[in-house]
Amino acid sequence: MEIKKAATAGTLESSDCMVTVEPGEGKIDFSLESSVIHQYGNQLRKVALETLKNLDIDNVRITIVDKGALDCTLKARIEGAVFRSVDQYENLPWGGAIR
Amino acid sequence: MNNPNKKRLRRTMMFLNAQKPGLIKDPYIYKADSLMLDLEDAVAENQKDVARFSLYHALKTVDYRGAERVVRINGLDTPYWREDIRACVAGGCDSIRIPKTEHAEDVHRVAAAIAEDEKTYGRPEGEVLIIAALESARGVMNALEICESDERLFGIALSGGDYTKDLQTHITGTGIELMGARQQMIIAARAAGVQCFDTVFTDLKDMDGFRKDVENIHLMGFDGKSIINPRQIPIVHEIFTPTQKDIIFAEKVVKEIDSKKALGIGVFTVDGKMIDIAFYDGAKRTIDLAKASGVYKGDL
Repeated sequence: MEIKKAATAGTLESSDCMVTVEPGEGKIDFSLESSVIHQYGNQLRKVALETLKNLDIDNVRITIVDKGALDCTLKARIEGAVFRSVDQYENLPWGGAIR
Repeated sequence: MNNPNKKRLRRTMMFLNAQKPGLIKDPYIYKADSLMLDLEDAVAENQKDVARFSLYHALKTVDYRGAERVVRINGLDTPYWREDIRACVAGGCDSIRIPKTEHAEDVHRVAAAIAEDEKTYGRPEGEVLIIAALESARGVMNALEICESDERLFGIALSGGDYTKDLQTHITGTGIELMGARQQMIIAARAAGVQCFDTVFTDLKDMDGFRKDVENIHLMGFDGKSIINPRQIPIVHEIFTPTQKDIIFAEKVVKEIDSKKALGIGVFTVDGKMIDIAFYDGAKRTIDLAKASGVYKGDL
């Protein structure tokens, strides 16, 4: 998939995260802010990169502001932002690229 | 299509906003029988799309420890409901709640979409059940046709807020404004052999009023109540779970009717009360409910 425009999903509430995706410059440009970055930074990064890989995205600027999100929440917010960036709201690939 | 979950214990159905990770990550701790993950009114219009991702991954990932996972989809008059069903079925939900149901046709449309998605996502045919919420005078008047509409439908639920608006009145806390709908719905549900659930009680400060409300709908025959706060759960479970006294009496009735039947005796007394075959089904239901609630220790 190709990121068409900047899009955001999520909130800054506890247990959530806010994800912003923007068109990249030929690579994955990754930015993470989290109060638990020392404990869970690697795990959050791993989940984020896996989610992008499942969506076949390798050209994106992604910014994550984490407020204690579980892995499943982080995945959901990345997918939410990505599908907003391409304006796709129906016939989504549940169980395929979204997994 | 004979799904045994149609008759499962559903004393409490707790509403949770599917868009809020803090609410849907561990609600099983409160021990509601059913969790109602909401894509409809709780989710703002501009968050409908992202709420589905949150819902899908929660269904896939969170172990809800035996609680039924019901999803309230958006209404059939919105552009959202069809994709909602795809996310629900692909995610693995147990049941789908249809809001604003007014006709059997509404249930048929949702059932057809579920059937299509069960095939697409490799789920057994008939696994996903339906509950229809009645929220208008038209819906309540058509309660029987809705109850008899589809094999997947396990029950109907009253949505008091919208219903009273349609009736041009409001929720008073006394239940007077809901009397007709409650009576009509429980009769229709029993005639069709499906379950019936009451509306939410929104005044969290009035716990005495809540208890009275639950006692009333329990006496009317309802199977359970929609709830909005964990504090309401123990009260509903207490009222809907048979007492030890009820269970002991029901056991005696069942055993006596079974043994007297063989002797050709139709009417007799148990603990000084006249008993005949008409008491049998009620006593069996008490035993079944006690078993489902985990409080039965007998041998029936």
